[in-house]
Formats: sequence, structure tokens, C-alpha cells
Amino acid sequence: MSGNKTPAALAMRARHAAVFQPYYRRHGRGLGLLFLAVVVWLYGISAMEVSGQRLLKGVGELAHIVGLMLPPDPGSFAAVVVFVKALVETLAIAFLGTLGAALIAFPLGFLAARNTTVSHIVRFFARRSFDTLRGVDILIWALVWINVVGLGPFAGVLALISSDVGSFGKLFSEAIEAADHKAVEGVLSTGGSRSAALRFGIVPQLLPVWVSQVLYFFESNTRSASIIGIVGAGGVGLVLSEQIRTLEFGQMSFMIGLIWLTVSLIDLACSRLRFAIIGKRAL
Amino acid sequence: MNASATNHVPAHPAQALHTAYVEAGVEKRRVLWFGLAVLAVCVAVSARVAEISPMKLWDHLDALGSYVLRILHLESGQWVIADPVEWFWGWKKWLKLMLETVLMAYVGTVAGALVAVCTCFVASKNITRRVWLVFAVRRLLEFARTVPELVFALIFVLAFSLGPLPGLLALAIHTAGALGKLFAEVVENIDMKPVDGVVASGGSWLQVVRFAVLPQVASNFASYTLLRFEINVRSAAVLGFVGAGGIGQTLLEVIRKFYYADISAILLLIVVCVMVIDGVTEWVRHRLIGAGHHA
Repeated sequence: MSGNKTPAALAMRARHAAVFQPYYRRHGRGLGLLFLAVVVWLYGISAMEVSGQRLLKGVGELAHIVGLMLPPDPGSFAAVVVFVKALVETLAIAFLGTLGAALIAFPLGFLAARNTTVSHIVRFFARRSFDTLRGVDILIWALVWINVVGLGPFAGVLALISSDVGSFGKLFSEAIEAADHKAVEGVLSTGGSRSAALRFGIVPQLLPVWVSQVLYFFESNTRSASIIGIVGAGGVGLVLSEQIRTLEFGQMSFMIGLIWLTVSLIDLACSRLRFAIIGKRAL
Repeated sequence: MNASATNHVPAHPAQALHTAYVEAGVEKRRVLWFGLAVLAVCVAVSARVAEISPMKLWDHLDALGSYVLRILHLESGQWVIADPVEWFWGWKKWLKLMLETVLMAYVGTVAGALVAVCTCFVASKNITRRVWLVFAVRRLLEFARTVPELVFALIFVLAFSLGPLPGLLALAIHTAGALGKLFAEVVENIDMKPVDGVVASGGSWLQVVRFAVLPQVASNFASYTLLRFEINVRSAAVLGFVGAGGIGQTLLEVIRKFYYADISAILLLIVVCVMVIDGVTEWVRHRLIGAGHHA
């Protein structure tokens, strides 16, 4: 562009030299990080033994499996009944797990929030416990609880509760810390006690966040509940892993389709419910 | 509550207001009680289906206590803390597996995020005008997101044989679905003026995406991807349960074979690793969001 060479343009370049530097110099650090990220990624690819040949062979095999999976075929009506029963069990696990975790985490969240905690030591330990609970996957929790209450859906519910108390506790405490402090000051200034300040100053601000998070987690917990059966903690996972072991591909795709349908429906229902309860607000 | 105060003013406008207030309260309370009743029924039915029994839990609580005690003791009967060298006797092998897990999560997250970036613009109504295309891509992303990664891993293990490859593919597909949805939501919330500007000056679709959309969404994309990476590390730790690489297989083995001290050692390794990654990604995300505000 010839316009770049006019005296006015040159003067502007001189005045805003930083803007007119070459791209790599303006974004030096970002490009460096990007380069590092790409190098690590490529190293990962080579370390995972991802070769074109293996990928190609696998994709061929996968196409064969998908071919066997289509069309979805439950086999018999009795099998459908078994599937639906397992699915209902999965939903029950997800529902109770989410609700239980939310109820337990609600009071604990106050202990972990900077503005409502009893002491800093309590806050520190509450936060670290949440991190630990969260850091262990639901499947591992399921294995632990199976040792305690035996195989079955009850272990699944306890596993969901264990893992979700950590997530909810963290989210709730963050929501409490983000709550507007003016309402609390208002309650205190009219002579309210500290507990009244919590009840009327913070809890009303918290409820929409709480409801919204619980509904989000119900959806993702349905997905989690559908796999914990793989280790024996109830739900469709058990049926699914059996089908995979016995290579019943038609039934398997039918089951996966059912899970897909259920989770989508729950997703839809939860977002409707969320809007109905808290209004069309961005959260 | 204020009934006695307002009742002294008969035929006053306040009376009408007060009645309306009480009625509104009644309606609200009725909805609340109805909701609670529905919730109670749901809980009762679910509790029956899921075989909940608090008594069983109560009876077996000592089993939980003794399990925890057992995983915190070495075979010699000492507390694990007393002899950390013995506790972490296999640290070389475990650390290597943990690194493999993190690497698997990283490669899977990046691959999934790349797919998500490529598809999210086609899944956004404000950028792509072909309704059927948006619909189709959204259903595809939904499928990738809804089917748990462990199920993908089970199928991929059949196709690609054991090892980290099926695990990372499963993670990548699930990540593509989850991030694709989030990215599309971000793209649908952008300021449309830059888009109009690029379109008005004759820009192609790709140029619209590159110059009008990407600068607005890049920091959000990066932030969500980092969040997903942390989630994926946790998921990758259990993908080994079905033979899809990482530390999961070893963990399942020691749990099934009751090598108690090893269970706590590997769990500690996973938790510490997840915490470190959690902390680092959170720090980077705060910086990214800060940078996004300054730009």
C-alpha cells in the first residue's frame, strides 16, 4: 500500500511504534508459549505410539465395529425391559447423588468462604478437603464404597455424593464470596444477628446459583451414573460392559442410543426448570 | 405479619394492597409446597430403586473406617508416614504412568479443542446462516458429549487394541463435544458489529471468522480449554480401568488385589497431581481473563 509512505503515515508510525512492530515481536511471549505447547503435543503424539499405520488399521476396525452396531437391535422385548430398568436405576442414582451432595455441601460451603468462615484454619482445611474429594474420580469412589456397602446402586449414590460434595463445596463457597455484601450490612445495621445476616443477607443471593448448579450437575451425573456400573455400582454401566464383553454390538448401540436420548431429555428438562425457577438470567 | 397494622385502616387503598400481597404470598407458597411434595415423591421412589439403606451404611461405617486405616498402614503394620520410602516403593513406575496419564489428557484436550474450534463456528446461528447445517453439527456435538468417554474408550480398545491411543481418542471426542457446545455459546454472544464491518468490506466467511470473531472469543476459548484439561486429567486417571492407558490400570489392580498401602500411595499421587494442575490452570486462566479485559 503506497499510503504507508506518506509523511503523515510515517509520523504516525513513529508515534505509535509499539503498534507497528512486526507481529512476532508484539506477541513474542504468546508465540513462545504456543511453540512450547506444540512441541509438547508432538512429543505426546510420538510417545503414545500414534502411527499413521496403526491409526489407519484402527479406523478400519472401527468402521467394521460400527457396521456391526448398525442398526441398533435390542434383540427381544425382555431385553428392552432390562435396559429400561437399568436406566431408571441410573436416573435414581444420579438424582439422589446430586441432591445428597448439594444438601451436604450447602452448609460446608459457608465454612470454606472467606467472608463467612469461622476461622482461617477451618477455611484452609475445608478447601483442601474439597480438592481431595474432587481430585478422586467417581469411579474410584465407587470402588471404595463397594468395599463398604457391597455391590449395587447404593455404592453408586455414595460415590456420586463423595465426589460432588467437593465440586459443590468449591462452587458454593465461591458464590458466597462473590455475594454482594451490602445486604449483609443492611441486616446487621437493623440489629440482626450474624445468623440472620447469613439467612436474609446471603442465602437469597445464593439460591439461584445453587439451583442452577444442582441442575447442571444432575445432567452430568446422569452420564457419570451410566458408567459406574462398569465397576459394579449399579445402573446401565453393568449391562453395557457385559454387552461389550460378549460383543453384542446391536444391543450395545441400542443402549448407547437410549443413554443419549435420556441425557438429552434431562438436559432439556433441566434448562427449562432452571429458567422457570430463576428466570432468564445469565449465570 | 403486618395484618394488625393495616387492619385498622378500613376501606383504605392499603387494604387492597395488603390483600393482594397476602394472595400473592399464598400462591407462591402453594407452588413451593407443591414443588417440595414432588421432590419428596421423587426422592422416595429413587431411594427405593437405588436400594438406599441408611442402616446398612451405619452398620458398615466401621468397615469404611477400617478400610481407611488399612490403606494408611504398610504391610509391616507401621503407619505409611513412618516409612515413606517403603510406601512409595514403586514411585518410578507410578510417576511414569502418571506422566503418561497427564500427557494423554493433554494430547486429547488439544486435539479435541482443535476440532471444537473448527466446528463451533458452524454450530453458531449468528455466523452460519444455513439452519440445517447448524442443527446437524449441534446434534453431532451433542452425541460426542453425551456418550461417556469411558464408553468410547471401551469401543476404541476393541478397535485400536490396548494402550493410551484409545484413551486419548476417547478423551478427544468427548472434549470436542463438550468444548464445541461451550465455544458455540461464546460465539453466539459476541458483538456483531465487527462481523458487519468485515462483511460490508467484502470479507469472505473465513475472513469474518478470522478477523471479526476470533479476536473476541480467543481468551474465552483458551480459558475453557484449560478448565477442560483439568477435568480430563481426572478422567484420564480412570481410563486405564478399561485398558485405555495411564495409571488407572495399575490402580484397579492394586485395589482388586488389596495392596492397601499402594492404593493410598497412588491415590495421593493422583490427587496431588490434579491439585497442582488445578492451581496452575487457574493461575493462567486469571491472567488470560485479565489480559482479555485490557485488550
